[in-house]
Amino acid sequence: MATTPVIDCRGVVKDYVTDAGTLHVLKGIDLTVLAGEFVAIMGPSGSGKSTLMNILGCLDVPTAGRFLLAGSDVGTLAEPELARLRNQTIGFVFQGFNLLNRATLEDNVALPLVYARVNAAERRDRARALLDQVGLGAHAQAFPNKISGGEQQRVAIARALVTRPALVLADEPTGNLDTHTSVEIMQLFEGLNQRGMTIVVVTHEADVAAWARRLVQLRDGVVQYDGPVPEQFRKAS
Amino acid sequence: MILAMLREAFVAMAANRLRAALTMLGMVIGVAAVILMLAIGRGVEDSVQRSIASMGSNLFIVLSGSVSQGGLRMGSGAAPTLTLEDAAAMRELPGVLAVAPTLPGGAQVVYGSANWGTQVNGTTPDYLEVSTWGIASGTVFDDSDVRGATRVAMLGQTVVSNLFGAEEPVGKTIRIKNAPFVVVGVMARRGQSLDGRDQDDTVLVPVTTAQRKLFGAQFQGVVRFISVKAESEGVMTRVEDELNALLLERHRIRAGADPDFTVRNLTAIAETAAQTTRMMALLLGAIASISLVVGGIGIMNIMLVSVTERTREIGIRMAIGASRAHILWQFLLESVVLSLAGCLIGVGCGVLGAYVVSHTSEVAAIVSASSIALGFSVAAAIGIFFGFYPARKAARLQPIEALRFQ
Repeated sequence: MATTPVIDCRGVVKDYVTDAGTLHVLKGIDLTVLAGEFVAIMGPSGSGKSTLMNILGCLDVPTAGRFLLAGSDVGTLAEPELARLRNQTIGFVFQGFNLLNRATLEDNVALPLVYARVNAAERRDRARALLDQVGLGAHAQAFPNKISGGEQQRVAIARALVTRPALVLADEPTGNLDTHTSVEIMQLFEGLNQRGMTIVVVTHEADVAAWARRLVQLRDGVVQYDGPVPEQFRKAS
Repeated sequence: MILAMLREAFVAMAANRLRAALTMLGMVIGVAAVILMLAIGRGVEDSVQRSIASMGSNLFIVLSGSVSQGGLRMGSGAAPTLTLEDAAAMRELPGVLAVAPTLPGGAQVVYGSANWGTQVNGTTPDYLEVSTWGIASGTVFDDSDVRGATRVAMLGQTVVSNLFGAEEPVGKTIRIKNAPFVVVGVMARRGQSLDGRDQDDTVLVPVTTAQRKLFGAQFQGVVRFISVKAESEGVMTRVEDELNALLLERHRIRAGADPDFTVRNLTAIAETAAQTTRMMALLLGAIASISLVVGGIGIMNIMLVSVTERTREIGIRMAIGASRAHILWQFLLESVVLSLAGCLIGVGCGVLGAYVVSHTSEVAAIVSASSIALGFSVAAAIGIFFGFYPARKAARLQPIEALRFQ
């Protein structure tokens, strides 16, 4: 298991058929992420980073090429197994937090466990533990619209971690936050990574990418750069 | 899992209380209407059945024919053609259980300072057998009273309460048309007839007494009608034929000539009435169930709106691991919860309505367990049927597009 990469993309191609013709968004992506890595994916708009993100998150499947997530060939799976992978193997963190406003913070964090068929008592215990870990244990019964954006993102991270996934996928996690709060969130990710969690962050901000240990830059549907985060990024933060 | 989803369904409903309440209203009205209509239908059917049972079963009534006097045709029962001898001959026919020749008339009945106008029926002891009527106290006058034309009387409950109040009437002497009669017995309470007449408002006296001492008769031994009870339902047709043949022969009516009597099968008439009410009850239920369907369409409407509104939520749920089946079940459960909750309230309203109807009108509305069970299962079926399309629409959303939805 230790040798199986968490993400293993081999020649991933994604085409979209539109009225104007076929759009080649990803033109053959090769990307391997090992367990414990902290990777930032960057690229200008239209570079295909959102599409790659959707494929990595099992929300979409490649047109051609193979994508193995923790050893499972995603292209061959049917919908219920994809749902299971999203539930068990991936933790999502979105730019817009995407919490359910009707549910308490605790219920929000516990929601993935409902789909994992975990019993109610364990759901509550695990949700409480994670809320404590992100510093919001005191607000377990509060509702998302009563807390700040930074706090909402912490809850979203707790929700992403609750099924003990192999990978946390964050899509512009600081896009809706101010600089100070952004730093707090990135510190949280850094701490998680130091404890062994594999993290992939999609962003267009150098400040955010600077927290990662590896940078993947996309341009026009291909990988343009894959290596350590350059030194000039770090100066910016 | 199912518990967590149920809880979510309630949370979703609680978040939109007014909307949920309005959606349920359709179901509430539908279920209440079905239950109330079935209850009223059942109540009417029941009262008809009771009237039929109290009227007695396997019953014929033989009426004398019409008579013409100077161009005026007097209608059935006017001709003095039926006699006690006819009745005695009928009694001998095979398959005939009891025969009650009857001469009715109106009379003022007096006891002490109380008086009451009622119908006095001159008849024979068979009358109670024919009409399946029991006695509450005292005895029935017997054949010797009929032979001797004695002045004895039996009273119905309405007459008793109007003349005697709480006093015991048996053994007391009342006056009918100023002649003294000894009360020998009181009939049991019988209630209304099919046409709503109070059957307890009557006095029975021996037919001979009525003929000779109360109303007089144009000819010796004439009665107005003769009630005949057959032994069983199976012999009804044969008895009817034989009654006709017997009277044709006794009245010397040639073949082809108009008979001076009519034989009516009362049981057949009553059964037609019962059938009519049953049809009416079914019709009421059918009309009410249309409102159930309308209520179901209301649920589908709201669920479709709800799915559109919650597209983003569906996207989030899919992203964190809900499969299409989960989403389908979640929305299906919500519509079933909505319709069952509406049904529950509807049953309450229906039962309450039936109670109100029973206490404010003459109709007794009877709520049966089967109509409640029917209401429930139909509501659940409607919830599933009309909830399925919106739920499937939700489950078929593409997660990426659903997440992008604002």
